[in-house]
Amino acid sequence: MSVRPAVAADWGAAIKLAQAQTLTEPAQPRAGPAKPAPVDIHLGYLRAYAPQLALSVLDVPPRDEGVAGANVAIVDNNTTGRFLGQAFSLDVTEVNPDTDVNAAFEALAGKGVTAILADLSPSQLLALADVAAAKGILVFNVGATDDRLREEDCRANLFHTVPTRSMLADGLAQYLIWKQWRRWALVYGSHDRDRLFAEALRRAAERFGGEIVAQKEFVDTGTARRTDSGVVQIQRQMPVFTQGMPEYDVLLVADESEVFGTYVPYRTWQPRPVAGTAGLMPLAWHPASEQWGGTQIQNRFLKSTGRRMLSKDMSAWTAVRIIGEAATRTQSDDTARIAAFIHSPDFSIAAFKGQKLTFRAWNNQLRQPVFIGDGHSVVSTSPQEGFLHQVSELDTLGIDQPETKCVLK
Amino acid sequence: MPLKSRFCTAVVMSLVAGAQPASAFMAYVSNEKDNTVSVVDTASGTVVKTLPVGQRPRGITISHDGKFIYLCASDDDTIEVIDTQTHEIVGQLPSGPDPELFVLSPDGKTLYVANEDDNLVTVIDIESRDVLAEIPVGVEPEGMGISPDGKTMVNTSETTNMAHFIDTDSHEITHNVLVDSRPRFAEFKPDGSEVWVSAEIGGTVSVIDNASRAVKHKITFEIAGLRSEAIQPVGVRITADGKKAYVALGPANRVAVVDTTTYKVEKYVLVGQRVWQLAFTPDQKTIISTNGVSNDITFIDVATDEPVQSITVGAMPWGVVVSPQ
Repeated sequence: MSVRPAVAADWGAAIKLAQAQTLTEPAQPRAGPAKPAPVDIHLGYLRAYAPQLALSVLDVPPRDEGVAGANVAIVDNNTTGRFLGQAFSLDVTEVNPDTDVNAAFEALAGKGVTAILADLSPSQLLALADVAAAKGILVFNVGATDDRLREEDCRANLFHTVPTRSMLADGLAQYLIWKQWRRWALVYGSHDRDRLFAEALRRAAERFGGEIVAQKEFVDTGTARRTDSGVVQIQRQMPVFTQGMPEYDVLLVADESEVFGTYVPYRTWQPRPVAGTAGLMPLAWHPASEQWGGTQIQNRFLKSTGRRMLSKDMSAWTAVRIIGEAATRTQSDDTARIAAFIHSPDFSIAAFKGQKLTFRAWNNQLRQPVFIGDGHSVVSTSPQEGFLHQVSELDTLGIDQPETKCVLK
Repeated sequence: MPLKSRFCTAVVMSLVAGAQPASAFMAYVSNEKDNTVSVVDTASGTVVKTLPVGQRPRGITISHDGKFIYLCASDDDTIEVIDTQTHEIVGQLPSGPDPELFVLSPDGKTLYVANEDDNLVTVIDIESRDVLAEIPVGVEPEGMGISPDGKTMVNTSETTNMAHFIDTDSHEITHNVLVDSRPRFAEFKPDGSEVWVSAEIGGTVSVIDNASRAVKHKITFEIAGLRSEAIQPVGVRITADGKKAYVALGPANRVAVVDTTTYKVEKYVLVGQRVWQLAFTPDQKTIISTNGVSNDITFIDVATDEPVQSITVGAMPWGVVVSPQ
């Protein structure tokens, strides 16, 4: 089973209003004969889709990756909505990667969506956020890990439930430091996203006291990912590729592009563990996590989809639940009130990660623990004990407020 | 670890102070991880027997005559009935899938069970072993409380974040009250005037007025040196005189003692790691906490609110109930 990730306004007044409602009579919903007609809360899901290859067939993303998580959350929201007269629905639209999203957006906007979940490339996502802002529609990024979307390219109406590369790299680094495996060798792919994750790992080394003793690029020369006798060649190729490095404790792999990473474990020149995009991986969710009530969501997801829940499913589930929670607490389908509630300092969401998750007010990134696991089980969750922070230990993961380049407008 | 050493000091001090031993009752502790129930003599503070039970035992309660233990064997999708004399499993109740917590009606005849996987509360007639009703509730039902007059049952749903008030005659939901994230437990005050609902992720206890069915107060917890995310209220018990409430705070490793008039936290009692559920002895002199991660239970003296003794039980103790005799 694959566990990889595929690739300031007056909020105070709004929250006080929301709280006042939960504490006083009118907002206490009643079951009974005088039920009002349900309020429809319509959400969009816009994704760039093209079939993807992987080095192992087990890692080929399921056709409904992400969407399935959103669908399960819609059912959860509707179970709650039944008591409150709110009905949630989801409209899924697919576009080709790197194509224009305007037409798809206009179609969703025409259907009156409150918010759009987006699983798009960074450039598509920014284009979507900007046209959505003009119509007061919120966008939830459930797929892109790029730090720049939360930093220099951040947007006020763009929320991120998916963790960043730097959050993932920091989560992994904290575990390696806790293990006292401090000497790292780094091998990375030749595509942009591989380099970005390699950069996040270098940053993590500097932050937490890892030492990168060697680095090597694996250049993609365009070989087919699946050939009949490929394993024979790979068995000879990988030891040679990792030969000649100084002594290290862990070999870090940055290969989001699925070119060589899966081939690294068990084939290294030195007999050492592998971590990064292969071996021990940092993940937003693990399909085997049963801690903190995780069994319940795992059972629910499996029953509804027939497969295990992956990271993108969890990011999408969380986004839909956030909107549901905001609609429940504000007793409203009004986008402005929902946005105000999500932005308010008292907002939090439970997502089977052992503690409440909140948004970083300075860049709309959801704070969250990171699972550290291999293909079969959860090994740990970060932040690790002892990595302290003056605001939230979750802010030891990723780019923190003092370093942020984001100015929300 | 600093926590541990402070805990030991507290125990030693209370022993020196000559705390009274608990009277002779049997406490039954469900051990979630090793599929056993530990039988603990509260007078001697020893585990007298360990019973093999079904898979993933969690919620545990006892018949009013003390003859039978009812135990949620969550992964076996059943409720086991254990004879307290012979310690044999003498029967099963049709719980529905994944039973986690339940509550017994004041007359001892009906069991109300939360089925986490199916968003249902199952109502079971104990004598006939019939399912009387299945009540659709919110997502991941868990906490179960019942009013002293038996007329109102409260279920909490962990992902819907509500306390559902259910009329036990009609089996209909009459009120839905929003509380904070992941509500885990519902406990009526003995006079029936209030329901206390803990919220694990929200970190609060909502006090719901039973007449108006509205939240009248929210209790929050602050412990110096602990980040707020580590304070996760789960089990709640209120003394028979209605004056004090005990709230288990999960990974904060403490039980909060709350004045039920002022809603102020009077004390935080350091027990073991990841404290989940609580039970009084029938004489109300002792309250017992289950400490999941440290595999033990702690006796707290209700008069002084000092931890008196910790006893190692099975793996991951979850629930606890004490015999009435």
